[in-house]
Amino acid sequence: MMQPVAQRQADRLTVDRAFGPVVEGEALVSEEGFSPRYDLDRWSGIITKAGHKLEGCSIRDKICFFPTAKGGIAAGWAFNDIKAKGIGPKAFVFGVANPVMVQGAIFAGITITEGWDIEPAALFATGDIVRVDPGRRSITIVRRADLKGAGR
Amino acid sequence: MNRDDVELTTEEQAILRGERGQAPKRALEYQIELGKFCGARRFVPITNVHMMGDIEVMGDAGLAYLRDEVELGARCVVGTTTNARCIDFAHCARMGQDPVEVEKERDLIGCLRKMGVMTTDTCINYQTVYQPHLGEHVAWGDTGTVIYANSVFGARSNFESGPAALAAALTGRTLEYGFHLDEHRRGTFTVYLDAALDDVADWGAIGKLVGETHQNYYAVPVFHGYRGVPTADDLKHLGAALASYGSMAMFHFVRVTPEAPTVEAALGGRRPAESMTITQDDLDRVYAGYSLGDGDARLVVFSGPQQSLLELRRLAELFEGRHVHEGAACFVTTSNAILAQARKVGYADVLEQAGVTVLEGVCFYILQNLSPMRAANGWKNMISNSAKIVNIIGAHRFNTILRRTAACVDIACSGVLR
Repeated sequence: MMQPVAQRQADRLTVDRAFGPVVEGEALVSEEGFSPRYDLDRWSGIITKAGHKLEGCSIRDKICFFPTAKGGIAAGWAFNDIKAKGIGPKAFVFGVANPVMVQGAIFAGITITEGWDIEPAALFATGDIVRVDPGRRSITIVRRADLKGAGR
Repeated sequence: MNRDDVELTTEEQAILRGERGQAPKRALEYQIELGKFCGARRFVPITNVHMMGDIEVMGDAGLAYLRDEVELGARCVVGTTTNARCIDFAHCARMGQDPVEVEKERDLIGCLRKMGVMTTDTCINYQTVYQPHLGEHVAWGDTGTVIYANSVFGARSNFESGPAALAAALTGRTLEYGFHLDEHRRGTFTVYLDAALDDVADWGAIGKLVGETHQNYYAVPVFHGYRGVPTADDLKHLGAALASYGSMAMFHFVRVTPEAPTVEAALGGRRPAESMTITQDDLDRVYAGYSLGDGDARLVVFSGPQQSLLELRRLAELFEGRHVHEGAACFVTTSNAILAQARKVGYADVLEQAGVTVLEGVCFYILQNLSPMRAANGWKNMISNSAKIVNIIGAHRFNTILRRTAACVDIACSGVLR
């Protein structure tokens, strides 16, 4: 859900744990948890589970914000697979992850963070360009979605 | 907690220097990186590994990684078994699975065997292969195996996905965090069971009710109040559903699981964050809550987890003298060992004479080519007695419906969905 810029004054989210390189990309902010087994078509990168809050959205090259990790052991290999297929995200940002997501992201070399000090939806909206800096454990706004078009 | 360093023993330092070979060195480097993220202080030796590894989830990149491991001379240093895979070679052609992927699966299995992995291909290793004892540290995945190990055996494991489990197999150790530590094994909330619970689907439904509302790896429910005696299959479906819906890795069941002689002991002296009750009405609402779509009743599945011998006996009793409805399909999945026993005692024959397809070494939801298979068969609904599989298969765009075992058999044989 897009929020007016005026309601999103803060521009930095601090995470508890982080791995991977600094990445910038388009935010995909979910109200629902995620599993590559349960929710993702791993041949297209599109969330296909009927009724998922992000049904129909692609995770390709996105900074994916998920509040929770769903069960399933698949992510360990699957993140490496979707990265090799060119349909992986730039980063996973979890409120509460589970070991599988961490194991999979680190194996694949995909940036991952866990824990946040502010609900992401209070700062970022889907479509915003954000920067994930694991070394600083921070996620910052680069460009608002509602300004992106004007800037092009 | 986020520490930068994992303490290493003399042996681990030797592994890191490459003195045990390049494969364990690479594995330990990966584990150390995981340890930094997870805040692990040290490693703990393990006795057993159970890993997922099949072409459907690993893809070409994963197969290339395994080939590379073989080139590096990788060898498992503890007993290592495999989870259910995506192809039953006896049925793959009839099921329309991709022959190119089938050959890759053969290649992948060959790589695993060269590393000393026992390709048992079962997600019920805890019922068929290895039963760790109280306090024993293991490195297991899938999630259903982990929650069973932690809860029913009192063994200790985190969710170990494929690459993490393989790394543990090569180094003989895993990171000491999470459910290897006492502090995470204590119950965090209680669940009073005020229901009859006379089918494995009921136990799975409990897992759904508790898991959906407590999605947290470190949430540990304490079940109490149940007046009956749960079977191993009941606990299997409860655990698999808790892990699936809630991403949970452990539960306590008072006077049933070894770390729960009482509610108080299971909670470790702490107050529960919440106390919930599940009644028969709650279970009835679960079953009533599934959309029946257009009423399509052409796919009934008993899988996820694989069926035990006792579950096959129950199915054989229910299918005896009946036949799967014309145009419908019914699949049962089990392990090689269970299927051999089921053939010996006649259950497999009864099922096959009834028109049931019994698949070996696979789980239905991980079958290679499942989405195209669904489309080719025009399947819309999938009916099962497994709460786990009705949750996990959503990415393939089935509309899923949980029903009790006898009702599933009636649907398969009548073609009528209720």
